[in-house]
Amino acid sequence: MPSYLVSIGLEVHTQINTRSKMFCACRAHYGEPPNSLTCPVCLGLPGALPVLNRGAIEKTILTGLMLGCEIPPLSKWDRKNYFYPDMPKNYQLSQFDLPLCEGGGVPLYDLAYPKDAQKDIAQPGKVVRLTRIHLEEDVAKSTHHQNDTTIDFNRAGTPLMEIVSEPELESPEETAAYLNSLRQILNYGGVSDADMEKGQLRCDVNVSVRPEGQDELGVKIELKNMNSVSAVRRALHYEIDRQITALEHGETLIQSTRRWDDDLGETQLMRTKEFAHDYRYLPDPDLLPVRTGALLEKVRPLVPELPHQKIARYESDFGITHYDASVIASDLDLSAYFEQAANTLLEREDLHLKSPAKRVANLIINDLLAALNESEKPITKCPLSAAALAELVTLIDGGKISGKQGKEVFAEMFASGRGAAEIVKEKGMEQVSDTGALETFITQAIDANPDVVQQVKDGNEKSINFLTGQVMKLSKGQANPQLVGQMLRDRLSN
Amino acid sequence: MEIHSWSLKELQDHLRKGDLSPREAVEGLDAAVAERDPAVQAYLSRDLESALRLADEADVNLPLGGIPIAIKDVINVEGQPCTCSSKILEGAYLSPYNATAITKLRAAGAIPFGRTNMDEFAMGSSTENSGIQVTHNPWDPERIPGGSSGGSAAAVAADEAFAALGTDTGGSIRQPAALCGCVGLKPTYGRVSRYGLVAFASSLDQIGPITKTIEDSAMLLQAISGADPRDSTCLDKPVPDYTAALGKDLKGVRVGLPREYFAEGIDPQVKSAVEAAIEVLSSLGAEMVELSLPHTEPAIAVYYIIATAEASTNLARFDGVRYGHRTAAAEDLMTHYGRTRAEGFGPEVKRRIILGTYVLSSGYHDEYYLRAQKVRTLIREDFSKAFEKADVLLSPTSPTPAFRIGEKVDDPLQMYLADIFTIAANLAGICAISVPCGFANAESGITLPVGLQLLGPAFGEEALLRVAHAYEQATDWSSKKPPLAPAKSGA
Ligand SMILES: [Zn+2]
Repeated sequence: MPSYLVSIGLEVHTQINTRSKMFCACRAHYGEPPNSLTCPVCLGLPGALPVLNRGAIEKTILTGLMLGCEIPPLSKWDRKNYFYPDMPKNYQLSQFDLPLCEGGGVPLYDLAYPKDAQKDIAQPGKVVRLTRIHLEEDVAKSTHHQNDTTIDFNRAGTPLMEIVSEPELESPEETAAYLNSLRQILNYGGVSDADMEKGQLRCDVNVSVRPEGQDELGVKIELKNMNSVSAVRRALHYEIDRQITALEHGETLIQSTRRWDDDLGETQLMRTKEFAHDYRYLPDPDLLPVRTGALLEKVRPLVPELPHQKIARYESDFGITHYDASVIASDLDLSAYFEQAANTLLEREDLHLKSPAKRVANLIINDLLAALNESEKPITKCPLSAAALAELVTLIDGGKISGKQGKEVFAEMFASGRGAAEIVKEKGMEQVSDTGALETFITQAIDANPDVVQQVKDGNEKSINFLTGQVMKLSKGQANPQLVGQMLRDRLSN
Repeated sequence: MEIHSWSLKELQDHLRKGDLSPREAVEGLDAAVAERDPAVQAYLSRDLESALRLADEADVNLPLGGIPIAIKDVINVEGQPCTCSSKILEGAYLSPYNATAITKLRAAGAIPFGRTNMDEFAMGSSTENSGIQVTHNPWDPERIPGGSSGGSAAAVAADEAFAALGTDTGGSIRQPAALCGCVGLKPTYGRVSRYGLVAFASSLDQIGPITKTIEDSAMLLQAISGADPRDSTCLDKPVPDYTAALGKDLKGVRVGLPREYFAEGIDPQVKSAVEAAIEVLSSLGAEMVELSLPHTEPAIAVYYIIATAEASTNLARFDGVRYGHRTAAAEDLMTHYGRTRAEGFGPEVKRRIILGTYVLSSGYHDEYYLRAQKVRTLIREDFSKAFEKADVLLSPTSPTPAFRIGEKVDDPLQMYLADIFTIAANLAGICAISVPCGFANAESGITLPVGLQLLGPAFGEEALLRVAHAYEQATDWSSKKPPLAPAKSGA
């Protein structure tokens, strides 16, 4: 039995978060009463004409720049003709041969792979090449009822960006990583929330298999109707198995489109190539071609730091691990939170903290994310401000409380929203670092344990720990153990 | 007072002098329409009530204050039907918005009055393709008024309108104006907003005035011209004072005579009327320049490929889903579309949708559509070269006077050839005007108007109006009234 190679390519449609629709002044918003956000243009009334939304073009160009695309100097609009009730003009304004962006690629981030696949990444650092990115208008939303279909045109005419990849993905896991990485980058650019489960990002997936050793790609089969990244992964596993089994049985695959049924966990044939549309593309005579030069100059300075650049900067500037940096960089709001806390501490040179950023990262990854997760809160609703977290770190690293106590204080801060110092004081946790108070305890401990003192003097280092423990006991746990150890050494070395 | 025979300018003078109120103007016009239109059939509908309401609040000091204007039924006026003379919209669509040309007319104080008949979706040259009614030429009720703006031209000619808006995709303002004996101006592409004009062929369509005089044409053009943020193809170019172009002499004006436009197939009476016009212009000081437009012959083919390609997608929206005629419950979606459109569209519209669909089909797209676009560029270049040698070009508007109703309905190609002199202006995006230049004698004493076409470079409307006005003032063709609109003096 030969082994098979898999080739997967994606056509991703993502909404762009502009204020207004692509070709009219209607608000682009979701969750409003049906057909409340419409006008003659987006209803396709006789005589209405489209006008370009500059913001959508700029965000598409920004996406292109973030993904390393070429931005051709001229881009135009075409009518894609087919009849369907969700399309008010029975043609879609799209881009055929002169898209806004060409080429480029999506880097696959380690943490973008499904959790169970992160240990076994086939090609770390892989960049999946893009064919093009173009802009078009979204269609209305049809709802099928028992006897009829209703159409809500609120979504009709909202801007939609189509990102087309080369068929370079080689597994369902890479495909999931592609979608997650792309989403992260779109978030970074403020282009789209790109949440598949909210329909902000939709994708058609082309998949083919071929026996190893064959150069030519196998028969391309298109999958539709996956509503989450995990559904894409499951659909691909199913479909790859199905295609390999078919080939193993000597069957011939035909170019076709299949629909993923998430409940049954299988793909079903929708149509074969014979029924493919002839879209009769026509350059839209209502819209002038766009010269991208000036837009490009306007957008270029808006290109943000990208996830991989942020990760590298966190590693070098803050000294945190690649993993911690990746986790924090995976969410822009979390990154901002982290940077604020870490920078607050780095500015406090007077505290002589050793590596406060590391401590912040640890608290975020070990405590904060778990707490947020448990309370189902996003970082933006975190009851603990970045400044408050920084304050907690000063108490721990400044030796006021122990790391263990820090966890307890953190939990209390998260629950109540109160400040660290207040909680520490109230719980009487403050470590005693006052040398005067400690001297008394140390004298008591030395007087009560002459044998151990002798052992220390004989060079038994471990015995220091015993004496430290005695001092801690006398202080009811509030002494600073490092300081006590140091003072004991000083006293007994004479 | 036979007010309906007044020109737009005359009405304006009377309104401003207080001889009559805008309400009286509207009522007087409505009475004329009630009397004459049963024979002419120029109007599809009139909303007297709303016109009177606007008349009562009209400010006659505005540029067109209190003046009713007839509107071709392809331009949206809020609250009015806009049937495009098609069964697919008749009785099933009320416009929820104003076209920009209407908004501008309203801002100038004018009153949209009545909806005029046309070839269905502006496809045709005789108004016989109206899915609703046949309009008769006021000069001979057995003849067509031209098209597609036949209703607007017939209404103006029969004194059923002071002035009207038409639309011109391949001659649809100029040819009916010529055949009915009025003035029709097709502005430069991008001069007047197309927002709210139901598109036939988006890269060719323009709204323009059909009037009794050149001065009226200038006044109406003034009101509707100018940039529009709702139409990206409407240019942000300053609008000159068009009436200021009038009354100038023709000394030093170069008039180009394109050889190809005088070749063959022109009715002898049309030819002699146009030749006489050339004499008049020469006597006024204009200099005649012979020149060539080498790509005249393929223009008709290019036009019918581009116009139908655009029309096939423009008309896709008429599907009975959101508005318009909807077939009785169909078993599936494709049947719904098929039946709705089969029932709603007339034969000429279907013919053009099929043609346009064909030329855009994969495998034919490059051979037809793309090639047509290339030839269109050559046609444009022909005109830029011609306008280096001449300020305006001159030709007959139509090769023949009005033909009989039914004479050409079975021969669409023959009908298409009637547009030979007018379509190039749309393909090149330039401006053109048709002015009455005489009459052809038909049998039993019937006379039929002949039109003279002047073509100007892009945004050269002032030159057109200047030459046309000088010619109009030197002749008295414009003052002639058809039998269906008895002359002023006789009233
Ligand atoms: Zn809208």
